[in-house]
Amino acid sequence: MAPAETIEPTAAPLQAPPPPTDPERPLHTLPPPFTESHLEVLTQGAEALVYKTVFLTPDTPCVVKYRPPKPYRHPILDRRLTKARLLAEARVLVRCMRDGVAVPGVLGADWEAGWLVLEWVEGRTVRKVLDGWAERVVQKGKEGMDRVSEQDEAMLGLMQRVGRAVGKLHEIGVCHGDLTTSNLMLRTLEKQPTQEAPKSRGRLTTSEMRMMAEDGVFPDFPSVSRGKEQDEAESLEGEIILIDFGLASHSTQNLQDEDRAVDLYVLERAFAATHPAAEPLFKEVLKAYGESFKGAMAVLKRLEDVRLRGRKRSMLG
Amino acid sequence: MASIYTLTIPHYPTHPIHIALFRSVRNAAHLRAQLLSANPSFDYAFLDATTILSYHQLLLAAQLALHAHLTGRSKTRTPHSELVFRLHPNNNIGESYRKFGINNASSTLIAIKFSLDPEITGESVARHLGEVVEGESVDIGPNGEELAMFADVAKIRKIFKLNDGGKGKEGAAVNGEARDERKQMESVILGTIALKGS
Repeated sequence: MAPAETIEPTAAPLQAPPPPTDPERPLHTLPPPFTESHLEVLTQGAEALVYKTVFLTPDTPCVVKYRPPKPYRHPILDRRLTKARLLAEARVLVRCMRDGVAVPGVLGADWEAGWLVLEWVEGRTVRKVLDGWAERVVQKGKEGMDRVSEQDEAMLGLMQRVGRAVGKLHEIGVCHGDLTTSNLMLRTLEKQPTQEAPKSRGRLTTSEMRMMAEDGVFPDFPSVSRGKEQDEAESLEGEIILIDFGLASHSTQNLQDEDRAVDLYVLERAFAATHPAAEPLFKEVLKAYGESFKGAMAVLKRLEDVRLRGRKRSMLG
Repeated sequence: MASIYTLTIPHYPTHPIHIALFRSVRNAAHLRAQLLSANPSFDYAFLDATTILSYHQLLLAAQLALHAHLTGRSKTRTPHSELVFRLHPNNNIGESYRKFGINNASSTLIAIKFSLDPEITGESVARHLGEVVEGESVDIGPNGEELAMFADVAKIRKIFKLNDGGKGKEGAAVNGEARDERKQMESVILGTIALKGS
């Protein structure tokens, strides 16, 4: 900040610093129409930047997935890869939507510019749910073993829904390609659409609040509704939505079981990585999955093989 | 004077859009003739309101048309014809007009005008439409729900080749929560429109 002031001595002394001072915010500029808008960064992957904004109407929240051009690739190749990958993802999503799999809908796209607009899913990732659950399990282990069963019941119900959601996806011939607990979301039930804004912001530290106040932004203080929100935050009700189809494929019959089994294997590893206590939960996922469609038992059989060798196939024949 | 609903799509603050909705329109044939003869004062997108399932469907087409116009990638000659074209799932401009544009028998009408020129204001559009459209103007509320009031769901299903949601219903049962069928149909349509021409 200091060098900027020495370069521009005429600048007003107490002007708000430009947004790029935030180290979290990447310095990419977005293509039109998002160039001028302020977008909230959600996450960043190897291929795409994910922002939150509104689309079509000022009260329709959405996710913008932008694949910036990669300077190390030849421009023609870069455009072709970006277009192919973006369209592959969008087409799989539309296909899932058509066949009734719960996924975020596609709201808009520009494959030349590299952006894709998706429906906003209000809720938490299954990963967060599991983390919270594991924490409670540890605590209860210390206190003694009462009151666990009620929560577990809800948790098993959730696992069954996960299994059925994945089964439905596989039934229509789509493989996710990166099925982790972070790519499964639990959509919050729409009970009271009164206050949604504070939820996305999470908890603020006092210094953050001060900084926001200095910038002229006043956060909503969720002090009054805290208790109710806590309840809602721990609710395990809601629909399971599959997200991030960047690596998904819609393939024909050959190799299908293999891909499906690998999807399950990846999910199993994600469960195991959360907490040792989460492993039995995955059995429930598999049970529901096995009952969800006709070829599911064959996939579960294949999963045994995949477990023995890992995700990658042997190159020896 | 016709009742006009003016809005701006997020991210395009400088390009307001004016929308008017009419029912019991008597001179659809006349309006269509003006479009066919490319009368410059009739530079509107005139849609048959029975083909619009939701406000978002219309907005997405408008957004795509505006985007194509502003980035110089329009497939048709004007942003208004681009809008009609963008509504249709395939790449045939004439067919888009036949399906979504007004026909001689249309009795409901949605007229859309992009404000690409500061001279075009809600008032001028309202006055002009009030003069030329012989029909009953319908007020549009802030959520635009009225735009979908004449939707002919069966017709729209046919245009977008959606089967009767048999599979969709199954999906709803599997996931526990019943999903709003119309909402899901809207999602599929939005996806189809967004990916058209890819």
